[in-house]
Amino acid sequence: MAEQSYTDQEFKVIGSRVRRPDGIDKVTGRARYGADAFAPGQLVGRILRSPHAHAKIKKIDTSRAEKMKGVKAVITCDDLPDLTGGRGPNYDILVNCMARGTALYHGHAVAAVAAVDEPTARKALKAIKVEYKTLPHVTDVDAAMAEDAPIVQPGVEHDGKPSNIVNVSQFGHGDVEAGFAEADVIIEKSYKTEQTHQGYIEPHACLASMGPDGDGELWVTTQGHFTFRTVCAQLLGLDIAKLKVTSSEIGGGFGGKTHVWMEPLALAMSRKANRPVKLVMGRDEVFMGSGPTCSTSMDVKIGAKKDGTITAGLATLRYQDGPFPGPWGMLGGMTAWACYDLPNVQAVAYDVLVNRPKVAAYRAPSAPMAAFAVESTMDLVADKIGMDPVDFRLKNVAKEGSKAAYGPTYGPIGIEATLNAVKNHPHMKAKLGKNQGRGMACGFWFNFGGQTCTDLNIGTDGTVNLTMGTVDVGGARASMSLIAAEELGIPYEKVKCNVGDTSSLGHNDTTEGSRGTFSSGMATIFAARAAVEVLKQRAALMWEIDVEDVEWEDGAAHAKGIEHSNLAPLTLAEIAKKSPQTGGPIAGHNEVVADGAGVSFASHICDVEVDPETGKSKILRYTVVQDAGKAIHPDYVEGQFQGAAAQGIGWALNEEYVYGEDGRLQNPSFLDYRIPVCSDLPFIDTEILEIPNPNHPYGIRGVGETSIVPPLAAIAGAVSNAVGVRLDHTPMSPPRILKAIHDANGA
Amino acid sequence: MSGVQVSTTVNGDVEEFVCHPGETLLDVLRNRLGLTGAKEGCGTGDCGACSVIVDGQLMCACLVLGAEVEGKMVATVEGLADGNKLHPLQDKFLEHAALQCGICTPGFLVAAKALLDDNPNPTEEEIRYALAGNLCRCTGYDKIVRAVDAAAKDLRKSAGRKSSKKSGK
Repeated sequence: MAEQSYTDQEFKVIGSRVRRPDGIDKVTGRARYGADAFAPGQLVGRILRSPHAHAKIKKIDTSRAEKMKGVKAVITCDDLPDLTGGRGPNYDILVNCMARGTALYHGHAVAAVAAVDEPTARKALKAIKVEYKTLPHVTDVDAAMAEDAPIVQPGVEHDGKPSNIVNVSQFGHGDVEAGFAEADVIIEKSYKTEQTHQGYIEPHACLASMGPDGDGELWVTTQGHFTFRTVCAQLLGLDIAKLKVTSSEIGGGFGGKTHVWMEPLALAMSRKANRPVKLVMGRDEVFMGSGPTCSTSMDVKIGAKKDGTITAGLATLRYQDGPFPGPWGMLGGMTAWACYDLPNVQAVAYDVLVNRPKVAAYRAPSAPMAAFAVESTMDLVADKIGMDPVDFRLKNVAKEGSKAAYGPTYGPIGIEATLNAVKNHPHMKAKLGKNQGRGMACGFWFNFGGQTCTDLNIGTDGTVNLTMGTVDVGGARASMSLIAAEELGIPYEKVKCNVGDTSSLGHNDTTEGSRGTFSSGMATIFAARAAVEVLKQRAALMWEIDVEDVEWEDGAAHAKGIEHSNLAPLTLAEIAKKSPQTGGPIAGHNEVVADGAGVSFASHICDVEVDPETGKSKILRYTVVQDAGKAIHPDYVEGQFQGAAAQGIGWALNEEYVYGEDGRLQNPSFLDYRIPVCSDLPFIDTEILEIPNPNHPYGIRGVGETSIVPPLAAIAGAVSNAVGVRLDHTPMSPPRILKAIHDANGA
Repeated sequence: MSGVQVSTTVNGDVEEFVCHPGETLLDVLRNRLGLTGAKEGCGTGDCGACSVIVDGQLMCACLVLGAEVEGKMVATVEGLADGNKLHPLQDKFLEHAALQCGICTPGFLVAAKALLDDNPNPTEEEIRYALAGNLCRCTGYDKIVRAVDAAAKDLRKSAGRKSSKKSGK
């Protein structure tokens, strides 16, 4: 491809650390997030949720609530008939939005009200009487796989018997048994990870407005307003074109805002009341009713020669999906071995149903857990054969041409480069003190491209409006403006980038899989190149020469050839100014399925100090090395690395869903589900590597997710080296660390 | 429900409102006064996204009743800039890319303002502990701490200039 050579070119503005265009709004409080919208006559929506982990809903009596003064709509599942074609696609979303006959987890929505104000809405919820018959429940993944486990969803079968196992996936190649037979050393170990939440600071929020004519508008905090439109329109029986969805500023998502949780309820209530309805989750509802990732139980077995060559790897992974089937175990199985080039390798992954919230994507979904198990076992094998853990990984590292365990053969990839950077990093050589330990680990994420649509319009003053359809989750408008400026050859400040609503652009897939900068970047490049073609045509008209004789350079049209040497270059602004006379507005568009997302790798180093008296650990130093392909705006690339590492640190040390015997979530608050705070963390060092993705005109790889993958294992290694006992269960909270020390001393 | 009439000062302007006795200051600011810069991340005082300064004291607006600010001085993120001149904290947050999604940013700016009002020359550790009541899930706090440190330096420099002008040096 002609574009490929572009990756070797010198960039003019790409890679500079410009100020983001939405910055002023965000530091002055003007930026409008999900809960910051108001509509005339708006009502306040509230959701009634199941107090039980698993229960038959015998009867819902809404009559008292409906009669209350100020209550304008009360809905149950009866207001949301199944329009999916009989348990068709998205039926699970419908059931999760509002229970249909059975409450499947503590916090499952059963009814909702819209009232004139918050106190009235709360009173109305109390007036709704629900008769439950509790059913046996199961919240642990291993317990859910047992023979006599309570069945979460009737109809699910495994091996011809009712079961909670909804899917078994297998990946790998070679002959694992033969591989283990060749090994000098074999290590086999089991691991567990507890359930964590994405923990975005902004709760789910929307403002829905529906008229009796079937036209509607939805303002919502989401990573994918086009997908939300499709799903909501389907579930409510609306024409897609008649539902306009606007993505608000988004206060964090990390995958949790890729899923529809409650928006159909707001639309249904608005339709029933014929008034706008604002629906905002409380923090407890966010924990109970949206987005956690899976808890897992895993076994990993690795065999190696004394020289460090791995002969075989086998991972058995059990992921719980909540009460609905998901791809989560499968993704764990695909990512488990992706860092290595192994002759004999296998991953077997189970997806298992339990009575917990519907599992959602969480930043490189499913990869951190599998990496925790595989990377921890890698450390154990290295230790057993007396090899440096970095050298051991380098010995088996995947390279260009390696066949990945999940199928593909890699192109140019960065895992070896990140490992070499770690090996040579001053952090690896720094001295450690008493009760301190160091760990390192690697991580992989696929990245994703997908459907993308971008619109670039040039004003008569030479400024540029860029409308993108992926959501700006943290600086994307700055990156897109840089890309447009680079292509057109104009200053960054001349570009204004906005996120378009669903009525102003064609479909864009959800902003997930670290695809925002990759795919919208690609569409922006092509849209700008299309606009340059128009600019050249207009310049040719102005000069009255053939367009073939016009070339674009440094933001201006130049006439080629000695015969045109009298023609001074025409700048973009000069051509734009004349556009009303030369054919009207100048624009470039691009609609693309952005294939070729480059896989991404990271390696992390972590130092931890553990207090052996209390089991409390403290992160002393943390270094992230990751391949970005090409860093468009290095500040925000570093920010992604640091944020992902911080989430991994919380997951490794502190965060977990705690369930009681009664199947109820015990800690749905930021007080009891404690994410890392400022005083918990050191500065997080970053090193950006740039191994260009040959499938992207600028070499971009997604950068958002990969760095949440290594922390669990890197920190487990550090803690284990500090206390002299291997930790195999996250979070490595003080009680778990103390228990591990005591168990080891007692043994 | 009978309302409570309240007269208070918000960002230097006199504001009068009627609210329910049980209504939080956060709801008053957001729903009655149209100041949506303070965010509700938890409603339980655990996230700091609704940080405001009341009579010089940093508070979570979700833990204060609207009726309690009668006769007090309330400062929110909307009052941080001086006309079209950003406060050094706002400026440094942008320069250092100390925000990603930005939902926690108003709370961090207000909490950092409270810190620097009290301690113009904080150590890294003092910054980290002063901001420990504010949750950020995007940044890992790295660039936030750097931005606050840089803003403190800026403010000390301009304070130095002012005091040297005053003393005629």
